[in-house]
Amino acid sequence: MVYPYIPHTDEDRKHMLKAIGVDSMDQLFDGLGEDLLLADSVPISHGRTEDEVQRMIDSIALRNVRGIPFLGCGCYDHIIPATVKALSSLPSFVTAYTPYQAEMSQGLLQAIYEFQSMVCEITGLDVANASLYDGANAAAEAASLMIGAKRKATAVLVSETLHPFTLQVLQTWAKGTDHEIRLVGEKDGVVDLSDLSSLLDESCAGLIVQSPNRYGLLEDYTDVASLLHEKGCLFAVSSDPLSLAIQKSPAEWDADIAVGDTQSLGLSLAFGGPSCGYMAVKEALLRKIPGRIVGATVDNKGRKGYTLTLQAREQHIKRERATSNVCSNQALAALMTTIHLSSLGWGGMVEAANQSYAKSHYLAYHLAQLPGITLIWDKPFWCEFPLVFSDAKRMRKFLQELRNEGIFAGVRLSALTRQAKDELVLLVAVTEKRSREELEMYLAAARRVMK
Amino acid sequence: MSKIVEQLRYSKDHEWVRLEGEKAYVGITDHAQHELGEIVFVELPPLGERYGKGEEISTVESVKAASAILNPIEGVVAEANEELDGSPELINEDCYEHHLYVLQSFSKEDYEALLDAKAYEAYLASL
Amino acid sequence: MSEPLLIDLSKAGRKAYCFPPLDLPRGFDQALPSLPESLSRQKSARLPEVAELDVVRHFTRLSNMVHGVDNGMYPLGSCTMKYNPKLSEHIAGMSEFTQIHPLQDVSTSQGCLSVMYNLIEDLSSITGMSWGTLQPCAGAHGEYTGLKMIRSYFVKNGQSQRTKVLIPISAHGTNPASAAVNGFDVVPIASDEQGMVDLEDLASKLDETTAALMLTNPNTLGLFEKHILKISAMVHASGALLYYDGANLNAIMGMATPGDMGFDVIHLNLHKTFSTPHGGGGPGSGPVMCNDTLRPFLPKPDIELTDSGYVYRWDDEDSIGKVSMFWGNFLVLLRAYVYILRMGSEGIRAAARHAVLNANYVAARLASTFPIPYGKRCMHEFVLSCATLKERYGVSAQDVAKALIDEGYHPPTMYFPSLVGEALMIEPTESESLETLDRFVDTLLAIAERAKTDSESLRTAPHTTVVGRLDEVRAVKQPDLRY
Repeated sequence: MVYPYIPHTDEDRKHMLKAIGVDSMDQLFDGLGEDLLLADSVPISHGRTEDEVQRMIDSIALRNVRGIPFLGCGCYDHIIPATVKALSSLPSFVTAYTPYQAEMSQGLLQAIYEFQSMVCEITGLDVANASLYDGANAAAEAASLMIGAKRKATAVLVSETLHPFTLQVLQTWAKGTDHEIRLVGEKDGVVDLSDLSSLLDESCAGLIVQSPNRYGLLEDYTDVASLLHEKGCLFAVSSDPLSLAIQKSPAEWDADIAVGDTQSLGLSLAFGGPSCGYMAVKEALLRKIPGRIVGATVDNKGRKGYTLTLQAREQHIKRERATSNVCSNQALAALMTTIHLSSLGWGGMVEAANQSYAKSHYLAYHLAQLPGITLIWDKPFWCEFPLVFSDAKRMRKFLQELRNEGIFAGVRLSALTRQAKDELVLLVAVTEKRSREELEMYLAAARRVMK
Repeated sequence: MSKIVEQLRYSKDHEWVRLEGEKAYVGITDHAQHELGEIVFVELPPLGERYGKGEEISTVESVKAASAILNPIEGVVAEANEELDGSPELINEDCYEHHLYVLQSFSKEDYEALLDAKAYEAYLASL
Repeated sequence: MSEPLLIDLSKAGRKAYCFPPLDLPRGFDQALPSLPESLSRQKSARLPEVAELDVVRHFTRLSNMVHGVDNGMYPLGSCTMKYNPKLSEHIAGMSEFTQIHPLQDVSTSQGCLSVMYNLIEDLSSITGMSWGTLQPCAGAHGEYTGLKMIRSYFVKNGQSQRTKVLIPISAHGTNPASAAVNGFDVVPIASDEQGMVDLEDLASKLDETTAALMLTNPNTLGLFEKHILKISAMVHASGALLYYDGANLNAIMGMATPGDMGFDVIHLNLHKTFSTPHGGGGPGSGPVMCNDTLRPFLPKPDIELTDSGYVYRWDDEDSIGKVSMFWGNFLVLLRAYVYILRMGSEGIRAAARHAVLNANYVAARLASTFPIPYGKRCMHEFVLSCATLKERYGVSAQDVAKALIDEGYHPPTMYFPSLVGEALMIEPTESESLETLDRFVDTLLAIAERAKTDSESLRTAPHTTVVGRLDEVRAVKQPDLRY
């Protein structure tokens, strides 16, 4: 009997059982005992051939409908050069383990070093790690770092204009612990920091904000860092890294921590995963940054090489020798981002960011002219903007009409906040990938409905 | 065999304490420095701060791990051993000679509650 | 042959990629407000400026300095480095999946939801649990999620005094770390002389402040905890819950279920047991499966099958909330689903059986040369000791590991668990053929021979890789973490 991906022949099994000194494979499972041993495997369906699997998947795939996605909210359809898929599919990258054995993993370690470097360049900060699960988890790690850095601090201030799902992840992080997430309210679409001073007490470790925020609006953090630093608090800014090509960088805001998701740099939509969280910090926080870090050093012959370094904190001096902790970050996804950035260069990043800016403004401007639709705030935005509809019926018709044209018009804010009051708000994302034809199709359909 | 110095007191978290008048010197034991391996960085506590017993007060980093040091007796940080800034490996060379920090206004009660050399030796054997 | 950094190959004006021109009507400037100076980036970033061929050669050469399962055997204990099927890679690249946005209307993503729903069903059957979540992105993330569910459960039931998690001293480092992140205190549990959980020690530490015992079964020595039903009874009698670290599921899947053993909540590692590729350290996926007791606490949204198809369900009030931005690492989930479809009930069972067969065979052949402290009969992995080599010839586990690199093997897991001195943990997986295993064993035996006559070359290995042993102390003391 030959099973998929298992090379043994009957002869092999016989030979091996003999060498082990048992009569049957069943004997190797004697230790489990009768109460636990299944007579016949688990109740899932029988195996299929490769061809059968492919057919089944093809028919499942038919139930997905692709459209022209004007959808954002943390996952964006940007242009990705062909090099990204080609090079990230190289078999040794795909099938390698975490590079603990540095001598045989130099290629991977160097690629991660390049990733770290690029994240530092883009955010303007000094040290970056090898990636985290996603942008939301990166924000939670930032909160952990802040609390760990300030004695007696238990709370982190968080802007209400963060992506609603990031807020949820932060709230889950705090649940059941003595950490606290304190929300800082929004005003006119951006975070309201007018009263920040009064919010900074002894128990507060820092502030986390996001720009572009959940509405796509760019926020102004003038004087925020100095205020926080005066009170011994840290400042973290979460950003779509592509937006940093034209928006003030976290370093330029004097932030201590930069976090976010590199999905917009080389990762496909993929129903939301895998994506790739990033974190960069100022030099002073070097020893507090979580996750894996690659460093350059030399070998026993003086040759330059790379290795995993600065291991994660532990609670106590362990009796056993410390073993490496979390290995799975998002290494291959980080590699894709590295290849993407290598292909784009800074010039390409600026170009993509500028085009996203221009095209989103073009669409927003013309949609705002239509009756029944308003661009909620007249404030700077990048790539994504919030529209409010005057009534639910016309909004439904709008979405349906665009759907008929094969266009996914936007994301309802209520889909993220789960609140009825947000049902009439539509978040529309326009990246450099949206062609002129697509934009005009959108507008033509919109005009038909909203006349 | 772990080296233990008679006159010192010990905590179960492998710190030693030495009294010199009104000051208490705190360091890590031979067992601890051996477990850690080559020490590459020590984070020292800020002066003038009061730390409780068992509170995280310092970090000692080796190549493999960054380990938190828990303050063995309540007190106020009077001094931090700045020699360790440039040469953290001094702890590996002689962990009883090179303290991490010095406390004043410390709790005599907490000090009395620490293990003596014999008790620490027995504790090490039980691990 | 080392490879320079791409930034060092840069030349001003070189371009690897060209964007289409911005094609908007000429008068659109009126529509385009310029970004205020106060919000604009001032300093440009230094990224490579190279041609496309430079990018291709750079990363191709880097990939030649990496060792994957596709290159050679990877007997890493606890990691289950099995073959990553090409079918799964192909399907995970289908645009019908990669081009689907997570927030598309649910009626347009029924294919993705069907994959996820069916995967949860299959994983529930495989583990003997009632339902689960696919949101966690890694094993440690799954631990974090499962422990948070446990915490919420006790808080809801007025038992918030249960703040301790019991963890065997032989457990993997992520277990205590995940417990600590959730605000639990960790209580270590000793192992007896057979390497199993010490029942007396466990009994003495179970009380009304215990939230859970975290176990992996087989344990990190590759031994099946034969008292598991007794352990389960003890834990539940004290009012605590039983957590299963699914890292070693490859030893028992299709042969037994953690559900039958009495576990309440489990995390799985799709990048171990379910063949999804490790990618150099991720992305993985750490689904959490649980019984009815903990089901209300699963992260949201849940996926429900209604008459009109699959929908998200957000209304679970006891849910711990969200642990990831969206729904989980979908492309990883898809690969695992493909693997399960391909293997089926008999294939899953065969995988476990052959994994155990392979480990026992390797142990049997090595036992006369390397001490295997807990015996050569094991499950899917075993731990041998290089202690005698160290005593007699000054050759440590690390030296043996580095010597294996010269022979084209990724070394086994070193120095874990600490119960065994100079440990090497070997997990061949079911993917390796008899010939591969024989060659591996022969290589190890040859290294042991060489220790007698040429220990120096082992202590300075590897010699054939692009770099030799690296100065890790220097890496920490003089951090160079970016170009």
